[in-house]
Amino acid sequence: MSIRERLSGNEAVSIAIRQINPDVFPAFPITPSTEIPQYFSSYVANGLVDTIFIPVESEHSSMSAAIGAEAAGARSLTATSSCGLAFMWEELYIAASDRLPLALALVCRALSGPININCDHSDAMGARDAGWIQIFAEDNQEAYDNFVQAYRIAEHPSVRLPIMVCQDGFITSHAVQNIELLEDDKVKNFVGQYEPEHYMLKKSEPMAVGAYGTPAFYMEAKKAQLTALQNAKQVALDVAKEFAAISGREYGLFEEYKTEDADFIMVIIGSAAGTAKDAVDALREKGVKAGVLKIRLFRPFPAEEIAAAIKNAKVVACMDRTESFNGHNGPLGADVRTALFDVEKAPKVLNYVYGLGGRDVTVESLTSVFEDMQTVAETGELGETYRYLSVRE
Amino acid sequence: MSKALEIRWHGRGGQGAKTAALLLADVTFNTGKYIQGFPEYGPERMGAPITAYNRISDEPIRVHSNIYYPDYVVVVDETLLESVDVTKGLKKDGAIVINSTRDKEELRPLLKGYEGRIYTIDARKVSIAALGKYFPNTPMLAAIVKVCGIMPEDKFLAEMEASFKHKFASKPEVVAGNMKALTMALEEVR
Repeated sequence: MSIRERLSGNEAVSIAIRQINPDVFPAFPITPSTEIPQYFSSYVANGLVDTIFIPVESEHSSMSAAIGAEAAGARSLTATSSCGLAFMWEELYIAASDRLPLALALVCRALSGPININCDHSDAMGARDAGWIQIFAEDNQEAYDNFVQAYRIAEHPSVRLPIMVCQDGFITSHAVQNIELLEDDKVKNFVGQYEPEHYMLKKSEPMAVGAYGTPAFYMEAKKAQLTALQNAKQVALDVAKEFAAISGREYGLFEEYKTEDADFIMVIIGSAAGTAKDAVDALREKGVKAGVLKIRLFRPFPAEEIAAAIKNAKVVACMDRTESFNGHNGPLGADVRTALFDVEKAPKVLNYVYGLGGRDVTVESLTSVFEDMQTVAETGELGETYRYLSVRE
Repeated sequence: MSKALEIRWHGRGGQGAKTAALLLADVTFNTGKYIQGFPEYGPERMGAPITAYNRISDEPIRVHSNIYYPDYVVVVDETLLESVDVTKGLKKDGAIVINSTRDKEELRPLLKGYEGRIYTIDARKVSIAALGKYFPNTPMLAAIVKVCGIMPEDKFLAEMEASFKHKFASKPEVVAGNMKALTMALEEVR
């Protein structure tokens, strides 16, 4: 029997971490961090976990300490948000290239400036080339479920890469909503003990981590990293299947909501996907064949699978909650368009920047995107393909 | 589509509007509903206007936007009537609940042509009488529960008592005062 609760996204992820009882959690537990280390430190103080909690002086140090602990053979994680992630930058690449399957609970928020504390995806999207697995949630339930599945994906022998478990700042992290939790022992059994094959404290196998990669080896190391990251796709699906068996909740690489016969498909990430589903239902009642494809796994990017899911639409709108200053595409828009490039009779693609710095995303604003898609289909004219939603001119 | 009951709270930083929204989410959750309770975050300071929201539904709630067409509005601080358009988007067949000593017809001209029902409660009087201090959010919570009729009063009081006992486990002496504030508020709202 699952446990019916009402929790914020931050509380939900903290509980998942408590249930997993990891070995080491270094964190910089003040702004711009989240309530996650705060809740978790109370579990440590109350003896509910035996995790070693290390308060450090910066995010650069929290990620460094997590890397050190993970390399030593401990199951590790940290948590941050916004410019805290930016300050981890060089360490993110090190965690990935050292093939350390640690976890990062990321609450997605805007980067300064102008100074802003609210939701967008510019922190996570900026880290998309660091070699991490990136997995996104629509609500508190998915943030919890993704965290429960995270180590199983990251630690899989064919993967061994760090994983960033992302949810939307404030919109899900601070909003209290219904959730179904799993019992502690169920989560513990599902995640299992961490038994790394190679680690620095293994007496029988002295090793170095983070060694210099000369030009003779660097590219091979990167290629191996890519192979491991691509392996995460199948592992994520396998883990999701096992998770469905204990939870009844099913996950894929992405969620297809009424896309099968859809003429107009919105590709979107995070909490706004829920709002988009309400927009789709209202449009369907009016006879408009609308659908939503919600990204769950963003890195590795499931390009072929997404192309197969949307190729029969007339128009696709990719929704980017970040500005990448490419001037032509956002990160999601670029990835989806590239995925469709070799598809014959591919749908037309619009790309929207939306919801930056907490700009509210409503059923009405997302409905207007579907209306734009209908206009493109009716007139055959694409117009400007890189657009801003809900912005004052 | 969302068929949720939607409530918008207007208060000032430090008055507990956010806490009240989260308590309303809690208490309606306990009656089996799907709920959302969330504040609008910004650079809040003590005394600055803040907004918080509730959705309450029999169906799972997927929408994650703020609320623009609320069924009910709660005004925790009546000085906000001068600076915030509190009835913006408020449905005509809904209602507004204002913390005020004034008569509702005296308040109507301040509500920018709003034609729906107005309820008032003197939350200061209730709070001082019950708690000896001014915490307007507890009386306002009782007032909105009564006005929107989301649950029977006895059920509400029973749930709140359990919740206070849990919340104030280390200082049980404040439970009675808070319960008194709720029962008084249920009678005082008009």
